[in-house]
Amino acid sequence: MEKKSKGVRLEHISKIYRDPKTKKDFYAVKDASITIDPGSFVTLLGPSGCGKTTTLRMIAGFESPDEGNIYLGDEAINELTPNKRDTAMVFQSYALLPHYNIYDNVAYGLKIRKLPKDVIHERVMKILDLVELTGMESRMTNQLSGGQQQRVALARALVIEPSVLLFDEPLSNLDAKLRVQMRTEIRRIQQEVGITAIYVTHDQSEAMAISDKIIIMDKGVVAQMGTPYEIYYNPVNEFVADFIGEANFLRGPMVGTEGEFAILDIDGHRCKVEKHDGMSEGSTYTAVLRPEASSLSDTDGVPCKVILSCFMGSYQNYHVMVGKTLVRLEEYNPKHKRIYKVGDECRLNFDPVSVYVLRT
Amino acid sequence: MARGQGASLDKKKLMADPVMVTTIVLLITFLSLFILYPLAILLVDSFVGDGGGFSFSVFKRVFQIPTFTTAITNTLKVGFVVGLIATAVGLLFAYVEMYVRINRFASGLFKMVSMLPVVSPPFVLSLSMIMLFGKAGIITRYLLKIYDNSVYGFWGIVIVQSLTFFPVCYMMFKGLLKNIDPSLEEAARDMGASRWKVFTSVTLPLLLPGIGNAFLVTFIESIADFANPMIIGGNYDTLATTIYLQITGAYDKAGAAAMAVVLLCITLAMFAVQKYVLEAKSTATLTGKASRARMLIEDKGVRIPLSTLCTIGAAFVILMYICVPIGALFPTWGFKFFPLTLKWFKLVFTRYHGLKAFKDSFVLSFIAAPITALLSMIISYLVVKRKFRSKGFIEAVSMLAMAVPGTVLGVGYIRGFSGGLFHTGFMQGLYGTGAILVIVFIVRSLPTGTRSGIAALRQIDKSIEESAYDMGAGSLKVFTSVTLPLIKDSFLSGLVTAFVRSITAISAIILLVTPQFLLITVQINEFAEKGSYGLACAFATILIIITYGSVLLMNLFIKHFGTSRQIKED
Ligand SMILES: Nc1ncnc2c1ncn2[C@@H]1O[C@H](COP(=O)(O)OP(=O)(O)OP(=O)(O)O)[C@@H](O)[C@H]1O
Ligand SMILES: [Mg+2]
Repeated sequence: MEKKSKGVRLEHISKIYRDPKTKKDFYAVKDASITIDPGSFVTLLGPSGCGKTTTLRMIAGFESPDEGNIYLGDEAINELTPNKRDTAMVFQSYALLPHYNIYDNVAYGLKIRKLPKDVIHERVMKILDLVELTGMESRMTNQLSGGQQQRVALARALVIEPSVLLFDEPLSNLDAKLRVQMRTEIRRIQQEVGITAIYVTHDQSEAMAISDKIIIMDKGVVAQMGTPYEIYYNPVNEFVADFIGEANFLRGPMVGTEGEFAILDIDGHRCKVEKHDGMSEGSTYTAVLRPEASSLSDTDGVPCKVILSCFMGSYQNYHVMVGKTLVRLEEYNPKHKRIYKVGDECRLNFDPVSVYVLRT
Repeated sequence: MARGQGASLDKKKLMADPVMVTTIVLLITFLSLFILYPLAILLVDSFVGDGGGFSFSVFKRVFQIPTFTTAITNTLKVGFVVGLIATAVGLLFAYVEMYVRINRFASGLFKMVSMLPVVSPPFVLSLSMIMLFGKAGIITRYLLKIYDNSVYGFWGIVIVQSLTFFPVCYMMFKGLLKNIDPSLEEAARDMGASRWKVFTSVTLPLLLPGIGNAFLVTFIESIADFANPMIIGGNYDTLATTIYLQITGAYDKAGAAAMAVVLLCITLAMFAVQKYVLEAKSTATLTGKASRARMLIEDKGVRIPLSTLCTIGAAFVILMYICVPIGALFPTWGFKFFPLTLKWFKLVFTRYHGLKAFKDSFVLSFIAAPITALLSMIISYLVVKRKFRSKGFIEAVSMLAMAVPGTVLGVGYIRGFSGGLFHTGFMQGLYGTGAILVIVFIVRSLPTGTRSGIAALRQIDKSIEESAYDMGAGSLKVFTSVTLPLIKDSFLSGLVTAFVRSITAISAIILLVTPQFLLITVQINEFAEKGSYGLACAFATILIIITYGSVLLMNLFIKHFGTSRQIKED
């Protein structure tokens, strides 16, 4: 694609809806400021109802923001209708035109642009080749599998060479295996074409797998934006930590330091955790401990009691109590390790570097 | 929290779309001018009325006319009884069809019964009622040897209207019963309830809002009906006929306007209750999808009496419809039956300008139908798929037309257009032309078309149109390349419905038609009034052939060209 893709910028965007039942206005999206670099793949991730679709539809132009401005590249696009915006959307339900065959579906946007027939033909065939649907041009949409329909939807969006591609949970109608295959495909095509993509999903592994950056949304508010790595290891709050992967929260006052680490008192047990500036003795902190970052042993660590032990194949899943705090952990490759049983008293140990203390 | 910016952006986006803006402006103009304005002028006229200046004098005057006050009670009485009977019979038919094992023949009859009122001119049943049970009726005079039976009056209207309107109730109940999950009733049966007990304690309570809904719908239809009371009412006048006579007999237009306002208020009140209270409730309680097929009642003690009763009933209704074409073949109805003759048909075309009547009716309806169909699809598209400020207005006014009796609309047009807009003479040229007849046809069929269009569009995933819009298509392109092809079936059937409704319409049109146009329905009414049943039947028969023919044609057409069916399957 010769055309240069553009970045997207949202400045203090809000959208207010009226609850049809209570007749009260509420923020579906609140004061969202997001900058998306040209050519990058950004995912909007969050639980159901957090405002992902609303944000995406504001970028596409189907909804108008009640506050703030949206820019495509350097151009303010608030006042443009969807058909005048240089964006293309891939819908969750595919939204193919059921009365057209595959070729005509893909060619639709080009015909609207009144391109010459041979140019249309060439571009459609090229795109169909890219999404590996060559030979299916004359099929009707209901003669395709879900995955193939999704590719048509993708091809149709790509062929008009938009500056930005928008995806609204495009894979949620597919089975698990196909989902994994298609997301790799989408990522491959996006990188091949070098287009900016904004992708909505509530599936965190999907987000981790394909994104350059993830934007976590919570109740209409942008909670955190960062690379998958940053989001996973430096979550800004409990919501983000809990939403991405599994997290245990160790909560307690800081009772001292030990070298470059801090000591938290968790239900009477001293736990060594990572320390960052601004931590002061006496204040209470929450530390995030990932299940795969800890293990059980007989000798050193924090005393705990096993209340669940379950073999999962690649790992042994434990639930243990540290005082009154529940900690879930996954001990990988358990074949030659000791398996603890429910009721066993043992010790929980973890590398203090991998315990991240929230800054809130 | 201010939603100002969003709203103003929405407005800017709309304004950037000239096709949408023009369409909306034209629509609002059309609806205001031809639905709201005639009703408003009725109000104005009846309050300003005789002396000038605001007063109740016209109302006082008409309420002192004894025939008018009797007509109000008559209308309400008829409406009430017809509502009860039609609802009960409709429910019985629907119950038997959905719950009892019936044979092919019976279900074929049922299907016909539900079709017939749609394709028939409104007064067919009145004609056949007179021909079967009147003074010279075949059944009363020749079979039962009763020589002075009178079908005219209260019971005549009630029977004919009940027979005309019960199929509507039957179809409504069929839809509702389909949504009752059989396991609810089976659970009650399991706990030892008898079939009757299940019906009264489970089925009936679930249907209750639906029953109220059907009752009111029939009530409104009955009140608004003009043709049947006109032919079979005799001296028993209802509001619709009284208003008609007030104009054509007493030449009292202001009085008629006040009467029309009274009639309008009654139907509007009922419509409001029906639409906003009962319709929502009746579907809200029954949203459940049937989890599996219902166990039909096999029990002979229930099955045989119920299915026999309904089969006989259905056969009787069909007989009444067939009576009209046959009646057109008898030399003199009630006196000489043989040999069968085509002389009435000949007379229709030689002496009574049959050809012109059919041409006029056909051409006017043929012009009105596509406009109506297109207009209702555009309105449905705007209402279902787009959002803009005046959407509520467009939806409300096009639905309002449903609650306006034809007679009221007719009087409104006379008052509103005969002297030009607001009696100023502006646009006076419209009155008395074919154009105003076409407009009346459109307004009368618009609500049905819009309703079916809205239902069809709600079935279609909103994102399909959005995707086309997103690909760069403008509103017009989206409508013509996506929306319309997807609701082709609905459009085609809307086309035929509009055509059939127009060509069989009478209530509003009879007040507005000028001598230069001969309309079939007006002719039928005239000959039936005069007692020339042979001619009335001949006219009616040809009308039935036209309407039935066009319905058949449409079905064939849809079968061959309707792609949307194949789309809907998945
Ligand atoms: N047209 C509307 N009118 C009123 N409320 C709306 C409208 N559209 C969305 N909402 C509400 O706005 C909130 C955000 O909706 P949105 O569709 O953006 O959620 P989402 O993050 O996409 O959720 P999901 O993962 O379930 O798709 C929800 O509470 C939703 O009920
Ligand atoms: Mg969503």
